[in-house]
Amino acid sequence: MRLPRHPSVRFGALVLLALALAAVAAPWLHTVDPVQLTPRLRLKPPTAEHWFGTDGFGRDLWSRVIYGARISLAIGALVSSVAVVLGLAIGLGAGFVRWLDGPVMRVMDGIMAIPAILLAIAMVSLNGASLATVAVAIVIPEIPRVARLVRSVVLSVREEPYVEAAVGLGTRLPRLLWRHILPNTLAPLVVQGTYVAASAILTEAILSFLGAGIPTEIPSWGNAMAEGRVYFQIAPWIILFPGLCLAVTVLAVNLLGDGLRDMLDPRLAKSVRSFR
Amino acid sequence: MAIVATIVFLLLRFSAGDPAAVLAGDAATPETIAAIRTRLGLDQPMAVQLVRWFWQLLHGDLGTSIISNQGVGHLIADRMAPTLALSITTILFAILVAVPLGVVAAWKHGTIVDRAVMTFSVLGFSMPVFVLGYLWILGFAIKLRWLPVQGFSPLSDGIGPFLAHLVLPTLTLSAIYIALIARITRASVLEVLGEDYIRTARAKGVPERAVLMRHALANAAVPIVSVIGIGVALLIGGVVVTESVFNLPGLGRLTVDAVLARDYPVIQGIILVFSGVYVLVNLAVDLAYVLLDPRIRY
Repeated sequence: MRLPRHPSVRFGALVLLALALAAVAAPWLHTVDPVQLTPRLRLKPPTAEHWFGTDGFGRDLWSRVIYGARISLAIGALVSSVAVVLGLAIGLGAGFVRWLDGPVMRVMDGIMAIPAILLAIAMVSLNGASLATVAVAIVIPEIPRVARLVRSVVLSVREEPYVEAAVGLGTRLPRLLWRHILPNTLAPLVVQGTYVAASAILTEAILSFLGAGIPTEIPSWGNAMAEGRVYFQIAPWIILFPGLCLAVTVLAVNLLGDGLRDMLDPRLAKSVRSFR
Repeated sequence: MAIVATIVFLLLRFSAGDPAAVLAGDAATPETIAAIRTRLGLDQPMAVQLVRWFWQLLHGDLGTSIISNQGVGHLIADRMAPTLALSITTILFAILVAVPLGVVAAWKHGTIVDRAVMTFSVLGFSMPVFVLGYLWILGFAIKLRWLPVQGFSPLSDGIGPFLAHLVLPTLTLSAIYIALIARITRASVLEVLGEDYIRTARAKGVPERAVLMRHALANAAVPIVSVIGIGVALLIGGVVVTESVFNLPGLGRLTVDAVLARDYPVIQGIILVFSGVYVLVNLAVDLAYVLLDPRIRY
């Protein structure tokens, strides 16, 4: 496969690829069991043995960070694919079925008016923390963004002569959607999907950091940092290493999105980003 | 607003962890739990609860905290000051920094200055709020000892400490907002700079500063103002996190506390208030368009 020429796509893709490899190969990368407690080694600064130091329970931070990559990447991929699929369905429905448009889009506006993080915090805390509830709580505020995007594409495309021609020729609805509408939504969806992934990874970390995220025994970056809060003044590495990994990951996803946007459709440059 | 209220209510209720059980504690018998549920009206059908909550809302009553038995409106008002102070300083600071950055980046389009601003903007988007907050604390409060680490000092205790406690939270919270506004400012000024009237203005010898401020920025203002409005949603999410990092006793802390205690009425009330603020801000933004662009009429 040829490497894409766009520099930020290349950078973003490489970083994510490296991270995914590390996540998969976690057991062989100088890691120990990320939940193994070694009270004797509490709050040790980074050394040759513990590259990122240890946390308040003597757990090896390097191992927790590498294993945590699994959680963050999984959340990003899962949330963005679910949000894209549901948003696509809702957007197509609202764009094509006249009487659905009004009510559905009002509900979408309603969801968008509620700050995403608050909504997610509330839902997770009331449902009990599990990987599934966190994913659902992050997906819900993202759906309207995708739905609005798809709907606007549908509304502009359905006036195109080739769509009218297809309708005039008696093309059935499923085929019309599949052959004529979907291809037009593809480029903006890929771009929006990466942005959704970036914000999902961030939101998961924030939720876990606030204590309203995935269960604390699962090693995720947010959980690692949440445990570091009390020790911040004496052991700042507990927050800094997972935090920097998180920042680099989100940066890579965002750059990938920006680059894809420039590559796939220069006209999108303004519209997608400004509605985040 | 009514739709927002309904969504908030339904999402929270369907996600039913049982607050009566939490309130009664671990040792409670099923009878106690049932009694508490009756007292709180939680045994009524969903629709009845919803209508009752709406009725109270229309009377300006946000309900009563299940845990502390205080009025939700009262609780929220108590915690308003730090949140309001932080939000205002952040918005002002962000606009003062971001708009000039964006204008300069557009003016020096394609140069190293432009690149730097855009890089900063992508970084601002990607940097998690709390990581940034801890970096500031580590640098300015722990290593340099210039500023207080955490906490809040009310305005009544003097303006100096009040501001000193707000510097780091403001720097933290405004990063993503600056990134957003600078990006839009650059894009929309860049677009305007290509217009004929800019060339005309330059040709007739209008000083470059006036071209940028009077001609370019004034015409680019509408998208900038609208993104400032949209960004308030980001800001509200960020406030919750920033207040936790810096131990500010504001609405964000109230949210986290209420969530940990599963205090439905308080969570509902806060989300509703925040959403209301968001809707109002965006309404104000819509109205501001008329001032900024005489072509827009309602």
